[in-house]
Amino acid sequence: MADIAAVEARGVTKIFGQGQDGVRALDDVSIAIRQNEFFTLLGPSGCGKTTLLRLIAGFEQPTSGEILLKGSPVEHLPPYRRAVNTVFQSYALFPHMTVAQNIAFGLEMRGSPKEKVQGVVEEMLALVKMTGLGGRRPAQLSGGQQQRVALARALANHPDVLLLDEPLSALDLKLRQEMRSELKNLQRRTGITFIFVTHDQEEALTMSDRIAVMSKGKIQQLGSPIGIYEQPVNRFVADFIGDTNFVEASVDGSAGEFVHCRAAGGLDFLANPTTNATAGAKVTLAIRPEKISLRMGGDAGTIAQTVYVGTDTNYEISLADGSRLTVRVQNAMDGRAQFAVGEKVGIEVPAGAARMLLD
Amino acid sequence: MAEQAMTTRAAVLPEAGETRGPKKALDLRYQPGFGTIAICCLAMLYAPILVLAIFSFNGGSSVTRWGGFGLNWYVSAFNSEGFHNAALTTLKISITATIVSTLVGTAAALATTRTRRWPGQTVAFTIINLPLMVPEIITAVASLSFFALVASVAHINLGLGNLMLVHTVFCIPFAYMPIRARLEDMDLTLEQAAADLYATPWRAFRRVTLPLLMPGISAGAALAFIVSFDDFTITQMVAGPGQTTLPLFIWDHTRMPLTPEINAMSTILLGVSVAFVTTSFLIARRRRR
Amino acid sequence: MSAPAIPSERVTQAQAVMRRRWLRSRWGLAAPALVIIGLFGVLPLAIMVIYSFLEAGEYGGVVWNFSTEAYVSFLFQRDIFDGHLIFSPDYLIIFVRSILFAAATTVICLALGFPTAYFMATRPVHQRTLWVFLITLPFWSNLLVRTLAVMLIIRDEGLINDVLMGLGLIHAPIVMLYTDGAVLLGLLYSFLPFMVLPLYASLEKMDFRLVEAGFDLYATRGKVLRRIIVPLARPGIVAGCLLVFIPAIGAYVTPLVLGGGKHLMIGDLVALQFASSRNWPLGSAQALILMVGVLVALLFYVRSTTGKAQALHG
Repeated sequence: MADIAAVEARGVTKIFGQGQDGVRALDDVSIAIRQNEFFTLLGPSGCGKTTLLRLIAGFEQPTSGEILLKGSPVEHLPPYRRAVNTVFQSYALFPHMTVAQNIAFGLEMRGSPKEKVQGVVEEMLALVKMTGLGGRRPAQLSGGQQQRVALARALANHPDVLLLDEPLSALDLKLRQEMRSELKNLQRRTGITFIFVTHDQEEALTMSDRIAVMSKGKIQQLGSPIGIYEQPVNRFVADFIGDTNFVEASVDGSAGEFVHCRAAGGLDFLANPTTNATAGAKVTLAIRPEKISLRMGGDAGTIAQTVYVGTDTNYEISLADGSRLTVRVQNAMDGRAQFAVGEKVGIEVPAGAARMLLD
Repeated sequence: MAEQAMTTRAAVLPEAGETRGPKKALDLRYQPGFGTIAICCLAMLYAPILVLAIFSFNGGSSVTRWGGFGLNWYVSAFNSEGFHNAALTTLKISITATIVSTLVGTAAALATTRTRRWPGQTVAFTIINLPLMVPEIITAVASLSFFALVASVAHINLGLGNLMLVHTVFCIPFAYMPIRARLEDMDLTLEQAAADLYATPWRAFRRVTLPLLMPGISAGAALAFIVSFDDFTITQMVAGPGQTTLPLFIWDHTRMPLTPEINAMSTILLGVSVAFVTTSFLIARRRRR
Repeated sequence: MSAPAIPSERVTQAQAVMRRRWLRSRWGLAAPALVIIGLFGVLPLAIMVIYSFLEAGEYGGVVWNFSTEAYVSFLFQRDIFDGHLIFSPDYLIIFVRSILFAAATTVICLALGFPTAYFMATRPVHQRTLWVFLITLPFWSNLLVRTLAVMLIIRDEGLINDVLMGLGLIHAPIVMLYTDGAVLLGLLYSFLPFMVLPLYASLEKMDFRLVEAGFDLYATRGKVLRRIIVPLARPGIVAGCLLVFIPAIGAYVTPLVLGGGKHLMIGDLVALQFASSRNWPLGSAQALILMVGVLVALLFYVRSTTGKAQALHG
C-alpha cells in the first residue's frame, strides 16, 4: 500500500500573458513528491522551477491541471488555506516585528493560545541555533541569521510541506556549505517534506533524496542524485550536471549487455543500450571526464592543454579527427601533472561508462 | 637623479597658504559662480521672511522702524478675540479636511498603486490628481458657483461645511502622493509571506501593510494639514460672512493701518509651517534607516 | 505541440470569484476619493463652464438664459447707444501680460534655479539633505505671508527705502511697490523652489561618470556643462518649467498684494468678476479661457516627453 504523495502535480500547465505573447512557464508537468522527502527542483533561470513552487504555495493558479496536497486538490485555495509554508529567497522577514514576533506570526494567525506560541518560539529558536536573539529586529541580523529566522518562522507552523526558494543564494560559500548540512539535518529531524529550488547543481547533488531537472517548463529527468549524474537521459541533463564529453558515434552492433559504438576518431565504446540502438544509427554518447583513463605512449590522441584545479588536473586531448575530449585525473601525491602538453596518450573508457543519450 | 626628485616634489607639494587653488581646479564638479548663485538664491528666499520675523519682536509701533525688543505684539495678537476665532475656525476646517483626506487618500493609494491594471485605473489616477493641475483661482470661483447654485436651488448651506468640503478636495492629492510613494517602496513579498503564514488579506493588511505604511500616512497627513491651514485664495472666495480663517484674518489687517501685530501673526503662521515641514522631514529620515 | 491548456472547473470558478472580489475592492477603495473630487471638484468646474454661457444677474449670480455675451465681451464692448461691437483689448492685454509675466518668471527661475540645483546636487550627501530642507521650507509656507513679507520690505515706508534714506543715499522713496517689477519679483520669490526641486531631483540622479568621460575627451568646463549636463537634466528642466509656468499664469495672491489693482493678471481679473464687478458669466468665461491655455501647455509637455521617448526607440 503506497503512502499518499505529499505533493502531487497532474498535467500542470502555466501560461503567463495572453495569446501570442503568452509565456508557457510550465508545460504539462506531472510529478509526485513523497512524504518525508528532501526533493529538489533544479534548473537554469526561466526553466519553471520557481513557478511550480509558487503554484504549490498558492501564489499563482495553474492555467490547467491539478495540484494535490496529501491527495486533496488545492489549486483553487489561497495560500492562507494551504498547510504549506515558504522560505523566500529574500527572506521577507517583517521589518517592524522582532525575531520572536516573526516566528510567532503564523501561529497567531491560526489562533494558537499564547503559552503554546511562546513554547514553540523558544523551540524554534533553539532548532536554528538562535536562542536568546528573539528580541532583535531583522535589520540587526546578518544574512545568515536572517535566513535562519525565515526557516524558523516557516517551520514553527509544522507544515506538511516546506518550500524553499533558492534560500542559500545570497550567502557566501562557507556559510552556504554549513547551511546545506544544517538544512539536511533539519529535514531528517522534523520529518517534514522539503521542496528545494536551486540552480546550483552541487547543492542539489549534496542535499537531495531526489532531484527533478527542469528546462523550458518541462521535467527533463527525475531521479536520485546518483541516477541523475551517472545516467543522464538527454543532452540537457548531461550538460547541466557536471562536465560531460559529447561524442558523435554510430552503432556497430550489440555486445552482450552493451552496445558497440564507433566514433569518428577511431575510438570504440561499449555503451548502455537504449531504444534507438539500431545498427548504423547515429547517436550521441555522453562520457564523464573522470571515467576516462589515460595511458602513456598510446596513439589515440595528443595532450593539447592542461588545467590545474587543485584536487585534479583537467587534460584536453586532441583526437585524430580534430575533436577534443576532456579528461580529469586526480592529482598524485606531489600534485605534479602526470602528462605534459604535446605527449601522445592512449585512452581507455570502461564498458558502460559511455551513455547513449535519448536525443 | 636626486636633484630631479627634489624639484618634482617641490612642484607637487602646495606652497604654504595656497591649498585651495589646485583643489578647486581639480574638482570636476565645480562650476564657477554656481555656488554664489545658490547662496544668493537662498538668501533671497529667506531675507523677507527673516525680516518679517525679526520685526515681529519690534517693541515700537512701526512696522519697519526698530523701536527696541518687545513681545507686546505677540501678546496683543494672542489676546485678540478675532485672532482666537480665526484660529479656531482654521483648526476646525483644517483638522476635518486632514482626517478625511488622509483616510480617503490612503484608500485611493491602495487601490491605484502596485496593482495589476484594472479598467479605469488611469482615469481614477487623473481625477485624484486633478486639483493639483487646476489653478487655485479657478477652483475658487468654480466652488463659489457650485455652492451658490446649491444654496439657491436646494436651499442647502452647510456653513463651515462648505469650506471643509472644498479643503478636503484639494487636500486629497497632497495626502495621496506620499502614501503612494511609500507603498511603491514597500517589498511586495512581505504580503505574500503574510498570506503564506495563514493571514487573510484583511489581517495581512492590518498587521503588515498598515504598520509599514504609517510613515507615508503621517507625511501625507502633515502635508494635507499644512496645505489647508495656509490656503488663502480658495478660502477667500468661498467663505461666507463670519467665516474667517487665519490667512483671511491677516489679509483683513492689511487693509487697516499696519502695525507689527501683523508681523507677529504672520510669524506664528510661519512657525506652524516650519514645525510641520520639520516633522515631515524627520519622519522621512527615520524611515530610511 | 503541447496540448491546449483547459483549466479545471474548480479553478475557473475560483478564479472568477476572486477576480470579481478583487475588482470590487479596487473600485471600493478608490470610490470615496473619486466621489469627493468628482462631486466637489469636477462638478463645480462643469457648472462654471455652464455659467459662462448664461446671462449675468443684476446683483451677481446668473440668470438662466443662454447667451454668449460673456465670450463676446471678452474681446468686444457694446456701444451703449447703437449696440454695435467695438474691439476692446483690455482683457486681451491682461491675458497677454499674464503670459509674459509667467514666461519671464519661468526663464529667470531657470537661470537662477539651475546653478542652485546643480550646486545642491554636488554637495556631500549630508549637506544635501540640509539644502533640500532649506529650499523646501519656503515652498510649504503660507504664500500670503511670504508675499506680505516682500511687500513690507519694498513699500515706500518699507525697510529698503528706510535704510537708503537713513544713509542719505536718496531723498525720496524709490517706488517699488505696485509696479510690474514688484509683481515679477513676487512671482520669482513664490516659484523659485518649484523650479529648483525638480531640477535637483534630476541632477542628483545624473550619472557623474558621463561628465568624467567628457573631461577625459578634452572638453572644458563650459562645454561639459552645455553639451553633457544640461541635456541630461532635460526631464528636470521641462518639469520645472511646467511647474512654474502653469501656476504662474493663474497667479492670484502675488499680483493682488504687490500689484495693487493696476497690474492685474488673469487670476485677479477673474476674481474681480466674481466680487465687485458681479459678472459671473464673464468671470467664468475668462477662467475657461485660462484653463484652455493651461491645457495647451500641458499637452505641449506630454508631446515633448512622448516625442523624446519615440526618438530614443526610433
